[in-house]
Amino acid sequence: MKYLSEYRDKKLIASLIDEVRRVKTAPLRIMEVCGTHTMAIFRHGLRSILPGDIELISGPGCPVCVTSSAHIDGFLHVALLDGVRVAIFGDLFRIPGSQGSLAQAQAGGARVEVVYSPMDALTLARKHPEELVVFLAVGFETTIPLVAATILEAYRQNVNNFAVFSSHKIMPPALHALLGDPELCLDGLLCPGHVSTIIGAAAYEPIARDFGISCIVTGFEPVDVLQAILMIARQVAEKRNDVENAYGRAVNWQGNGRAMALMHQVFEPVDCQWRGLGVIEQSGMAIRQEFARFDAEKRCDIKLTETPEPKGCLCGDILKGKKTPIDCPLFKGRCTPLNPVGPCMVSSEGTCAAFYKYGVV
Amino acid sequence: MCLAVPMRVIRVSGLEGDFTLTPLAVVEAQGIEKDVRLDLVDQWPEIGDYLIIHAGFAIHTLDEKEAEINLKLLREMAEGLK
Amino acid sequence: MKKLETVQLDHGSGGLASQELIKDIFLSHLDNPVLAALEDSAVLETDRGRLAFSTDSYVVDPLFFPGGDIGLLAVHGTINDLAMRGARPFCLSLGMILEEGCPMEVLRLIVDSIRKASCESGVPVVTGDTKVVPKGKGDKVFINTSGIGFVDKGVDISASMARVGDVILLSGSMGDHGITILTQRAGISMQGKLRSDTMALHNLVQKIIGLKSGAVHTLRDPTRGGVATSLNEIAEAAGVAIEIDEAEIPVHKEVDAACEILGMDPLYLANEGKCLALVQAEYAREILQAMRSLPEGAEAAIIGRVTDGPAGRVVLKTIAGGSRIVSSLTGEPLPRIC
Ligand code: SF4
Repeated sequence: MKYLSEYRDKKLIASLIDEVRRVKTAPLRIMEVCGTHTMAIFRHGLRSILPGDIELISGPGCPVCVTSSAHIDGFLHVALLDGVRVAIFGDLFRIPGSQGSLAQAQAGGARVEVVYSPMDALTLARKHPEELVVFLAVGFETTIPLVAATILEAYRQNVNNFAVFSSHKIMPPALHALLGDPELCLDGLLCPGHVSTIIGAAAYEPIARDFGISCIVTGFEPVDVLQAILMIARQVAEKRNDVENAYGRAVNWQGNGRAMALMHQVFEPVDCQWRGLGVIEQSGMAIRQEFARFDAEKRCDIKLTETPEPKGCLCGDILKGKKTPIDCPLFKGRCTPLNPVGPCMVSSEGTCAAFYKYGVV
Repeated sequence: MCLAVPMRVIRVSGLEGDFTLTPLAVVEAQGIEKDVRLDLVDQWPEIGDYLIIHAGFAIHTLDEKEAEINLKLLREMAEGLK
Repeated sequence: MKKLETVQLDHGSGGLASQELIKDIFLSHLDNPVLAALEDSAVLETDRGRLAFSTDSYVVDPLFFPGGDIGLLAVHGTINDLAMRGARPFCLSLGMILEEGCPMEVLRLIVDSIRKASCESGVPVVTGDTKVVPKGKGDKVFINTSGIGFVDKGVDISASMARVGDVILLSGSMGDHGITILTQRAGISMQGKLRSDTMALHNLVQKIIGLKSGAVHTLRDPTRGGVATSLNEIAEAAGVAIEIDEAEIPVHKEVDAACEILGMDPLYLANEGKCLALVQAEYAREILQAMRSLPEGAEAAIIGRVTDGPAGRVVLKTIAGGSRIVSSLTGEPLPRIC
């Protein structure tokens, strides 16, 4: 596809790797914040061609993996209510909560529909006026404005049997919380490309400044990722920690103002529990009072109860980049994509699933 | 998270600035067409523009000039090294 | 997490969940050496020669889709299962389970497709059965076909025959059927030339196994679970490693685009008219030419080879020049957004 294939060019990839080798003055520890980066790195086998002393650590940027088990149990609870049909992105289908997954709920009779867009969930609501259609929403800044636009559309069209269960989260507070951990010591961050399309590259300036870390916004093709690694190597060599944008075709400095405005019109920040990271202040996005009738938590009167993380699962430390799946005693034994123990094994972009599926050759 | 792909605009309906009409575009890539919503674009697209599509919505109009400059630099680097 | 003991859709996906079901329930109750080989069809020694026997059930929603319908699938699928052991398909049975209220016109169209597919492939339907279930207890039409075929002397084709050094051919492009069915679903729909590849492959198979006796070691049709899962099954059965080259794997541009949009990997999508052939290296070119000379193999390609790496491992050389492991499908492939 145009604007994808150009960035998979073997010659460019080879020359970028040569250049990284040439520029690099020390081993590098780099965290890819975004799960889509994790996937891209595995899909293209980038670890196998990068110099061995560049360590890529997967961060907390898979929205499914960081969804707390309380929320997943809440999702399941809604799915099992009478007269409710839930709509989800495919990613959520197999995530285990403490009582089972949506896949199992469906086998037990719950109505679960996989959709491509939140707008499709609204279409479902119009098609099934006798049911309450609940969109189980996970996602970061890339996705939240879409859900906001969908709620506004439901508002305009006066659709009464549509609601959203928001487990939305925003990235900057999580990055602050994560980087505050002194054990982490990173040289650079690969900042999530499409989140940045919305929030703008400027959003990382406080992070680069406060934590003295290079922040490179980049896309998801091999050339994008390698270009960002090269920029980090350069910054380290030149002892700089700046924000740079390697994804100019999709991200600008100030972000997408319209999308941000829509997001804030419908949602407001609240404290939010992240799996593995705990409660992070003002890191969640809840539906504003004005749109309360589209808020599934209020409409279905759901009380979230925190359940303990699955025993032995290291997802928390893995999301913080402190451990890798190989360190987990359950990895590949009791925990497989078929019988996942923790969320990192279920989401296709979860670190454990990626290690399981693609391995490192 | 956040899978998104660039697709080319082949039709636009709705009006710039008037979001009471459903803002829609038909986009295309390699023979596949898809309807997408334009609610979130901060710059109204024209036919031939590339949009970044995430879950049925356009979230950005791709900056083709930026892309060209970047690719040119990378290609020069690749040539220079050979 | 406690395991809920119910059948789930993933158990029918053709991936690891299906394999687990087969091992836990079917093999543990019905174990015998022929069944345990888990080949596309069973090959049985008889006084009159070797008999291939296979059965398959077809449930697809929608019943009609671009490029075919459930009737074509039911004929082609069982013919292909026979062909993957090198058998000449001889005859088919047809079992239909109909839901009360299914329009006669739908049934007529499907049976007409069955007639057409059976005539074109020269494999007659010789016995049949029909049952009707009450409305709501089925989904319009389910079909089962079984097939019998004969295996010529000297033909010995199975997954376990793959040898180090073998070259791997794929008879055409990947993922067409899977993505076509998936994009028929509401919400995931898209416009464009996506068509199922449903096709009978027995003529192609006879042509390539006739070229040089013993040169074709393994054949598999990568249906549910896709090329990735089939290659894993072969690598495991033969105790070999497999290496494939991403750049060489044929994928139609429409399928490629649809996969990028939905975040899916064509390696895991179902095909209904393609086969993988693992052949002795020195005959690979000749076999490739033979495949390409037929319409069903026009886009055939050499995609990789069998290596002496760790048994059961399938490795992909990526277009980026890296390499990674390709594992079996786990459950039903779903579009993702992350
Ligand atoms: S392998 Fe499984 S149990 Fe271990 S950290 Fe990953 S998801 Fe948790």
